[in-house]
This record gives sequence, C-alpha cells and structure tokens, in this order.
Amino acid sequence: MLCMICKQNAAKVHLTQIVENKTQKVDLCEDCAKAHGVNDPAGFSLADLLLGLGASEHIAQSSGGELIKCPNCGFTQADFKKSGRLGCSECYTTFAEGLEGLLKSMHKGTKHIGKTPFALKQSRDLTDRLKTLQKKLDKAVNDENFEQAANLRDEIKTAKEKIGHLAPT
Amino acid sequence: MNIHDFLKSPAETTRHHAPHDRIVMSSRVRLARNLRGAPYPGWAKKIDRVKSLELIRPAVESLPQLHGAFSETMDNLAVMDKQILVERHLISREHAAKGAGSGLVLNKEESLCVMINEEDHLRMQALRPGLQLKQAWQAIDEVDSDLEKKLDYAFNTELGYLTACPTNLGTGIRVSAMLHLPGLVLAEQINQIIQSVNKLGLAVRGLYGEGTEALGNVFQVSNQMTLGEVETDIVERLNKVLLQIIENEENARALLIEQKPKIVYNHVGRAFGILANAHSITSKETMNLLSLMRLGVDLGSFPANERPLIDELFITTQPAHLQKQFTEKLGAEERDLLRADMLRERLLHVSRPVAKLPPNGGLLDKRN
Repeated sequence: MLCMICKQNAAKVHLTQIVENKTQKVDLCEDCAKAHGVNDPAGFSLADLLLGLGASEHIAQSSGGELIKCPNCGFTQADFKKSGRLGCSECYTTFAEGLEGLLKSMHKGTKHIGKTPFALKQSRDLTDRLKTLQKKLDKAVNDENFEQAANLRDEIKTAKEKIGHLAPT
Repeated sequence: MNIHDFLKSPAETTRHHAPHDRIVMSSRVRLARNLRGAPYPGWAKKIDRVKSLELIRPAVESLPQLHGAFSETMDNLAVMDKQILVERHLISREHAAKGAGSGLVLNKEESLCVMINEEDHLRMQALRPGLQLKQAWQAIDEVDSDLEKKLDYAFNTELGYLTACPTNLGTGIRVSAMLHLPGLVLAEQINQIIQSVNKLGLAVRGLYGEGTEALGNVFQVSNQMTLGEVETDIVERLNKVLLQIIENEENARALLIEQKPKIVYNHVGRAFGILANAHSITSKETMNLLSLMRLGVDLGSFPANERPLIDELFITTQPAHLQKQFTEKLGAEERDLLRADMLRERLLHVSRPVAKLPPNGGLLDKRN
C-alpha cells in the first residue's frame, strides 16, 4: 500500500477515526506522517489531515480544472492542498462550492446556529421587523385603512433609520 | 515586564481546590476569531501580520478583563520563556514557534490567555482548574462580546465565524478538559473509553508525549465539530461525557483496589521508591511515576495534603522549568541528574506509602 500523500513510499502509519458512525481512514509513510504532525498529539487531528487530502480534490473538481484564485488575498487551491488552511475570510466565498461537501463530512451541520455578533443580530432583528411592518402596510393599504397605513409608514421610517445607524455589516 | 515575575509560582497555582479535581486537572474553552478581509496569519506576509497585531493587541489590552495583563510580542520572548508557557498549557506549541507579528496577552490570574496571530488572528481562551466548563465558557463569551465592539470580525450568517481552518468554522469553539486517568489505564479500559468517546464526535488525545502514548496518564478530551451546533449545547454535551468518564475512572479504581490491590500498591510503592531515591531520571519517567503517586494520594496511600506538591512537581520537573532554575545551559543528561536531585529533596519529608489492603491481605490477587 502506498502513502496517500506522496504516493511513493510504502504506507506504514494507518489511522482510523470513527466520528458519529462516519469512518475515515488515512494511510501514510513515516515521513509524511511526521510532516503532517501525526506524531504531535497536541496539534494533530485526523480531520485536519483529511482536509488537506480531500478538500483540494473537492475544490479541484468544482473548478472544472481551472485555477481559482481568491481575488482578495491571491490564495489558490494548490496552497490549500499544501497547508489545509485558507488564505482569508473571502476564501470562503471564492472556494464556496468546493468547501460545501467537505463541511458536510466534517461538521454536524452546514449552517451556523451559534453566537452572532450583537450588532449583526440587532440589524437582523430590525430587518425582520421591517418585513413584518411592510406586510402590515400592504394589507392596510389594500383595506383602505389609511390612518393605520400612515402610522405604519412612520414606524417603517424609524426602523430604516435605526438600521442606517448600525455599523455596516 | 519579565514573564517570570508575572507568572504565579506552580506552588501557588496547585494549592487550591476545584470541583472534581481528583480527576479533572483543568477546563478550557477557546474561541477562534478573525478580522474581516485580512489575510490569515499562515498566509499573510510579515507586514500584514504586524498590521493585524497592531490592530488587535491594543483592543485586547483595553478590555476590563485584561486590565494589568502581561502583553508581549512573540519575538520579544526568549525560547525558554515560550517553552515555559507551553509547559503551563498557556500557549500552544505552534504559538511558541511564532516570532514577529504574533503576540500574547495573559491576565494576572492566568485564567484568560489571548494568542494573537497563531493559526487565526485571535485565539482566546479561558482556563479554570477542575471541571468548570460552563464558567470558562461564560468568561470567554464575555471577552468575545466586548471585543466584537472594537474589532471587525469575519462573520457570515450562513457559516458563522470564518476561520483559517474549516475544522474550526462556525462557532470557532474548542471546549476541552485535561483528565488524569490512571485507573482506566491500569485496568486496560482506556482504549475502549477512547473509542466510545470518539463515536460521540469528541477527540481524546494524550496530552504529553508523542503519537498515541499518553505520558502521566493525562488525556485531553475536546469537541471536534464546530458548525451546526450552539455553543452551550457543545459545552453541555462535553460536560455530560466528562461526568461519565469520571464515573468510569472511579469505578475502575474501586475495582482495581478490590480485585488487584497488590498490583496497584506495587505500582504506587515503586513509583515513590524511584522518585524519592533516583539520581538520574528523565522527564518522561518522572511524569509516569508522579501520575502513580497522584493515584496513591487519591487511594489514601499518601496524606491528601501531599497532592499540591505532586501537582507542582508535574510542572517544575519539565525541561524548561528545570532549566529556568539554572543559569548555565543544561544538556538532557545534566537535566536528568538535577531533576533527580530536586525530586529527592522535595520528597524527603513525604512519608512512605501506606497500603490499605483488604482484610485478606490482598490474597485475592492469587486467584486472578
């Protein structure tokens, strides 16, 4: 069996990890195992390693063989293959397609449901409120309830101003 | 300020009691955060890293929680000092290898530690002795909420906090605890435990040593998935698993004492014998034997008030801590001699271990 990374030396390090019934296997030669920190228990995670191997393929496939380069930081898929790390926050947009499958295999879900920065949460709450008010306004106009419509228009105006005051997100 | 003047002495940090500290040595919650648009530290050129550091460091220093903190750039710390911080588990080995463009902010209590430009722009961690994951999460959540007002975080409504490595994406949270599990190791149940914990999506690693070996029977359990789950659920899930492991460890110890007392006390007695009498000892052997002495305290072989001493020696016998006490540069062999000298001296007044054998004098062993 050949090493999955260099595809030259015989694989001597075999790792299996089962996470929530997903089995992942890696076969490496001693040099590649060392280079990828398999011997360093503090730094090593099988997911990190698989990432370097699998992710670049995901990304390569989705690009149709063309070289994608992050317009913000100049990072390419070849760089990802080397390090298993991305170049900047914009890379998540640049390589979005290739990352999707990878995230699915790595995490519990693909949508963030945890903490949100407060300013963003506030503006999101206001946006939701704005939508509700707009719907009410449409209904009031339809019902020819102009007094209510005028009130709603004022409320919408205030909500829009508040969003304008929040930091751009 | 010099880091040595700032850090508390290990004698001081090991003196206090904490929940479940027989088995859980410490709890930690770490958050990964990044600046919007700025290249991640691993990809950034030095000039960009310095720019990020100059933006982040004053913001972190200005937080009330980090008032009076130790703050320094990594290129201003000596190799030995960085190693000491690693041995105290305050920074990662990766961060210790950083130089210009990376930094560290550590509060007085050593309960909050912010690494700037490690793998991510920000790696902030809250540390607590014993099992206190929820407290650690609350502390770091607070720091993060204050910091988000001062820095423009890379955040995306779909993917959450954007991190250098997709394995940290979403919440950017790593919740972990350091466990001392000599009972499960001696009872040869540890692999079984590791496997079942892995199946729950949690990682178990030996904390010291290389590869799969876990020196000193110390293991670290942490979450692996960071996206698609709420922080408090992750903390709660890990907490539940840890309570289960604690129970398993206690059961393993009770069973060992009941069925194989001679084997257990043999380990404890020999550990003390070597530590208290050796003239040359490696850091690896020291850690393994101190672990058995720590077990001895839990089993009543040594008085309970000796435990802080053992925990202190766990730290002070490590290479950089040992080197620190001497001005001239020591080789590994010299360190082994000096380590043994220190251990003999510190253990001089510890009374010999008592074996609390069952009424049949441990004869049960023969049947096994």
